[in-house]
Amino acid sequence: MPLPYSEIVMEHFRNPRNVGRIEDPDAKAIEGSPACGDMVAVYLKVDSEDLRITDVKFESYGCASNIATGSIITELAKGKTLEEAKAITWKQAAEVLGGLPPIKVHCSVLAVEGLHAAIQNYEERHGLVKERVPTTVKVVRRRLKRVMNPVVGLDLVRTKLVKEIEVAEGTVRVVIDLPADHQFAANIREEIVEKIEPLWDVDKVVVKFTE
Amino acid sequence: MVKKIVYLDNAATTRLDERVLEAMKLYFFDVYAVATSQFGYSMGIDARDALDDARARVAAALGAAPEEFIFTSGSTESSNLAIKGVAMALGEKKGQHVIVSKIEDFPVLYSARALEKQGFQVTYLDVDERGRIDLDQLRETITPETILVSIQAANQEIGTLQDVAAIGAICREKDVLFHTDATHSFPRVPLDVREAPVDLVTVTAHLIHGPKGVGGLYVREGTPLVKWMDGGFQEFNLRPGTENIPSAVGFAEAVELVTPEETARLQDMRDRLVEYLLQIPHSRLNGHPTLRLPHNTNVSFRFVEGESILLHLDMRGFAVSTGSACFSRSLEASHVILGIGGNHERAHGSVRFTFGRFNQAEDVDAVAQAVADVVSALRKISPLGKE
Repeated sequence: MPLPYSEIVMEHFRNPRNVGRIEDPDAKAIEGSPACGDMVAVYLKVDSEDLRITDVKFESYGCASNIATGSIITELAKGKTLEEAKAITWKQAAEVLGGLPPIKVHCSVLAVEGLHAAIQNYEERHGLVKERVPTTVKVVRRRLKRVMNPVVGLDLVRTKLVKEIEVAEGTVRVVIDLPADHQFAANIREEIVEKIEPLWDVDKVVVKFTE
Repeated sequence: MVKKIVYLDNAATTRLDERVLEAMKLYFFDVYAVATSQFGYSMGIDARDALDDARARVAAALGAAPEEFIFTSGSTESSNLAIKGVAMALGEKKGQHVIVSKIEDFPVLYSARALEKQGFQVTYLDVDERGRIDLDQLRETITPETILVSIQAANQEIGTLQDVAAIGAICREKDVLFHTDATHSFPRVPLDVREAPVDLVTVTAHLIHGPKGVGGLYVREGTPLVKWMDGGFQEFNLRPGTENIPSAVGFAEAVELVTPEETARLQDMRDRLVEYLLQIPHSRLNGHPTLRLPHNTNVSFRFVEGESILLHLDMRGFAVSTGSACFSRSLEASHVILGIGGNHERAHGSVRFTFGRFNQAEDVDAVAQAVADVVSALRKISPLGKE
């Protein structure tokens, strides 16, 4: 098929595994929103004894990349302990899928984040979270590693686009080394806000572009 | 082997009509001279005659004189020449203000942005929820500094038609030049420059089963326009370069093969598809219900994403298009759907179906059924729209 997707991606897109909803899940998470494009929901059943994922399902309001990643990530997570599942990375998922076109990476990352968020949700619900850490430049930088530079399909930190990070009294200021009228500026801004704003002690996120 | 598909993306490009190819052949193999060789040898005279004839035939479809029509490489070049050419001619003499609509196609939109970078002021007119501009707002926006209004005849995505004659009348009254991008409407939606006061019109061949790489620009006699590509004196000294005579002939042939009967047939398919698709729950028509291109159906389906719909339809043998951000190279939702007040979500699930000569009545039933199945299957795996 003359598509930019690998055969494995297309196979998972055509026949996604573990789709649907778990009624009465032990944990769930929704990543993304209809307002900014793709959205994915992940549901978990967890054995409270050995913290093993006994069942996992996902729903997707997204493109082929999002659906296929949801399918593969749930396959990878099923039967693993929460700690093991937490270690599943987007890179692993992408490798199993036979690669993804750079421009479709962010839709795929969203599905992986859905899984991680669902695990976090389980830990929060069951008192497994350690103390809340205050947001620092380091925390922001770590989160920005999850924002893709769609030009090359690598994250903003790795592609050296993060010029400045400032954290002061609940306001996070990020300067991105791109012109404001860059093809992906609006998209990158949206994703940064989406990643930083949910931090418990952040009220405001300001994204600036150089020039 | 190429698998047989039902091609419903005729606003992207169309399949060449064999009759067009037949008409072009002579000018590849026998009369291949350039028109400027008319003083040197007889093959040059034949070439010149063929070019003149093609020009007269395309111009006639606009009600224009042959001297008012130049061939270009396509719509993109035509609109660039019209907008930047007028800006260069009048920018210093008259003023530096240009008016376009928010939902123009990229050649017009980005030509306007390029002018902005040079210090011009550009007003991007809003459109209503069906995609029409407000004529009163246009009238109020024109200032003594305004040199050009560029409003499309028909929209590339949602198919909405603008009132070209009324816009032209306002421009004439205010003494401002008017360019219209008729790429998607010419010649199916009649536009006669003897009746509509329009100064510049962009047209193209490849959307009416003609060859790719040829278009044209109507330039009303006396319109100030600066040539900005340098070279020879071809095309009345407005567009240099060796004349593309086979394509000009192909363009003329393609224009004449479009008939009102055929357009009516496409319109029947359009209306029937709209009727079928709106029976799918949570669907809505994008664009104007009646003032729209005769071959364009554009519908948004909630809770599902366009690229997913497209890939599933492709597996079933249908080729269509979407305004979803996931499908665009900039990851931005369609500026047209956003321009008509739609949100990101409406663009996310928008699908455009455009008909052409080689579509059959049964294609409508087949694609409607396939879309209903695909949307329903994708909704089953969507987290939205369940409660």
